[in-house]
Amino acid sequence: MAEQPMPLWEVFVRARTGLAHRHVGSVHAPDAEMALQAARDTYTRRGEAISIWVVPSSAITASDPADKDSLFEPTASKIYRHPSFYEIPEEVGHM
Amino acid sequence: MYTQALNERIDGPRVVEDPEKLAAFQARIDAEEKIEPNDWMPEAYRRTLVRQISQHAHSEVVGMLPEGNWLTRAPTLKRKAALLAKIQDEGGHGLYLYAAAETLGVSREELYEQLLSGKAKYSSIFNYPTLTWADIGCIGWLVDGAAIMNQIPLCRTSYGPYARAMIRICKEESFHQRQGYEIMLALCRGTPEQKAMAQDALNRWWWPALMMFGPPDSESVHTEQSMRWKIKRFTNDELRQKFVDATVPQAHYLGLTIPDPELRYDEATGHWRYGPIDWDEFKRVIAGFGPCNRERLAARRKAHEEGRWVREAAIAHAEKRRMRERAQRLAAE
Ligand SMILES: [Fe+2]
Ligand SMILES: [Fe+2]
Repeated sequence: MAEQPMPLWEVFVRARTGLAHRHVGSVHAPDAEMALQAARDTYTRRGEAISIWVVPSSAITASDPADKDSLFEPTASKIYRHPSFYEIPEEVGHM
Repeated sequence: MYTQALNERIDGPRVVEDPEKLAAFQARIDAEEKIEPNDWMPEAYRRTLVRQISQHAHSEVVGMLPEGNWLTRAPTLKRKAALLAKIQDEGGHGLYLYAAAETLGVSREELYEQLLSGKAKYSSIFNYPTLTWADIGCIGWLVDGAAIMNQIPLCRTSYGPYARAMIRICKEESFHQRQGYEIMLALCRGTPEQKAMAQDALNRWWWPALMMFGPPDSESVHTEQSMRWKIKRFTNDELRQKFVDATVPQAHYLGLTIPDPELRYDEATGHWRYGPIDWDEFKRVIAGFGPCNRERLAARRKAHEEGRWVREAAIAHAEKRRMRERAQRLAAE
């Protein structure tokens, strides 16, 4: 009998307080509780984390790399969104 | 580590790729851009990676067996704890790598099946037996040492998930090599019998360790393409030479003799030149006829079969709990 595939979970860890959780990899596990345990054993054997999130991989919606240009290119032409676009006389000082 | 069988032909139907897409892909590689899972990639690039990464993962997993052989007989509690931690790391390395391979569209179950059926290869080095405690020293020192040589350039490999897995792995390998060398040091500073045991282990592991880098460049079918795709950054022979240059002085420090009568220092180039490698032995071991091939696969199959009921029960339990929670939610509404 072919084996039933074990669900896939994405693992995020917070290394220190003040930092955001960061994606580190994935694990297979039947449920969230076991996914957390597997993530701990797999990704945090040397004090790499103070907190772990596991998320079912199937719950993630990703942008399509083929849409990269239409999604992100328009921001390149909007240079007025950056502070360097505005000229302020030097006498005004740091702003 | 363990990219030996890269030299075999990659199977599967030939795919004719769009030349424009191919050129754009190569341009990304040349610009040192990382390729990510959903990006377009040539089928041959994907297959090469699946093969290399999964072979690497299998090697990490099978590699736990020869060391596991000495866990219960480690000479002190400290050595036992260190060895246990190292073996656990190797299991972790296997998992990072399986996860990286899975991003290329192959399932974990398929990968296990390829290993257990004997279809997939793993590093030839793990088909040698660990006869004495000194073998554990030699594995850490030489086998992990060779792995480090191989793995450091792989941290810059062109496929993002593989490169990231390698960075994690490299961070952990240094402890493995140091604990092995320390075992060798203790033996070499011990009684004459202990030192003889260390020498005997070096005699047995030296040549198989050199074979870990794979066939000579003159016989490597895929090296050129893998280098163009920046999957590989150095050839087999280049890495082997780096390893020999790094390792010979370490052996001398231990007061041990490298079992190679032709070994000599080349003043002009600053390299240690080694004698011919027995490639027939290498081919025999890769083909399944090494001293422990059967035993290793049998042990993996047994572990997989004996764990089956646990996996099935865990899935059934998770399913039951989900159903129960859903029923409670419905009842509450
Ligand atoms: Fe490893
Ligand atoms: Fe290791």
